[in-house]
Amino acid sequence: MARAATTADVFNAVAEPRRRQILDVLAVGERPVNDLVVQLGLAQPLVSKHLRVLREVGLVEVRDEGRQRMYRLNGRSLKPIHDWVQSYERTWTERFDRLDVVLDDLIEKEQGDGRSDE
Amino acid sequence: MDVVTSSHTAVVTLPTDTQVLITREFAAPKHLVYQAWTTPDLIKRWWSGDRGDVTSVEVDLRVGGTWRYVMTANAGFEVAFHGEYREIVPNERIVATEIYEGMPDAYAITTVTFTEEDGRTTVTMLVEHTSQEDRDMHINSGMEGGMQEAMDHLEELAVSLS
Repeated sequence: MARAATTADVFNAVAEPRRRQILDVLAVGERPVNDLVVQLGLAQPLVSKHLRVLREVGLVEVRDEGRQRMYRLNGRSLKPIHDWVQSYERTWTERFDRLDVVLDDLIEKEQGDGRSDE
Repeated sequence: MDVVTSSHTAVVTLPTDTQVLITREFAAPKHLVYQAWTTPDLIKRWWSGDRGDVTSVEVDLRVGGTWRYVMTANAGFEVAFHGEYREIVPNERIVATEIYEGMPDAYAITTVTFTEEDGRTTVTMLVEHTSQEDRDMHINSGMEGGMQEAMDHLEELAVSLS
């Protein structure tokens, strides 16, 4: 079966709020599935489905420990998102820093206009 | 008088897989922020950031009117965006479409709101793309050579301060 394109990369994987919750929990440390089910208050099949998506894009890794499957966050795979947001943020920070200067001029001009009546 | 402008970071979040939300507070009342946001000569002064020069700004500020900004990036290439105004509430809100001319098939809808409190204005800009792919491409498109330009600028600044 063709996989939905919407889960093809990390950007889409983290767009789902439940999956971000899972990542938040795993950010603290490695967890077995049962812990995630309890902490998130979701049905196990749903948690497993989200974990599968997260694994497919490399955001979480899994290992077997006895009879348990232990999940952990792979922070490195979040880097594309971090870089992407950061460069976008930089663009807008640059623009807004310049806008600050424009606004200072407008404020000064408005105050100057007020004085010109005197 | 020297005006010391503090540098604040624009806060960028991704509320859903097709949206980008940008917020920033300014030390000015909202009618002035709105003026700087909608007046061609003022837009020219800030819209390119450190990445180049804004060479052309057309603003037909009415519902159904169009806008177009052209920037020549420091690396030499030209980048142009245009769109149409869908909703205008002076000093409060502007809703407009936005098309990057390098990818004319994709467009976004941008909602900019200006909220004033104690003489300071928070600008909230919600960019909604028609698909997640469009959002990612759009943001990457604005970034061509951006990093290098930012570094060049920093270097220039460092030289001028030395």
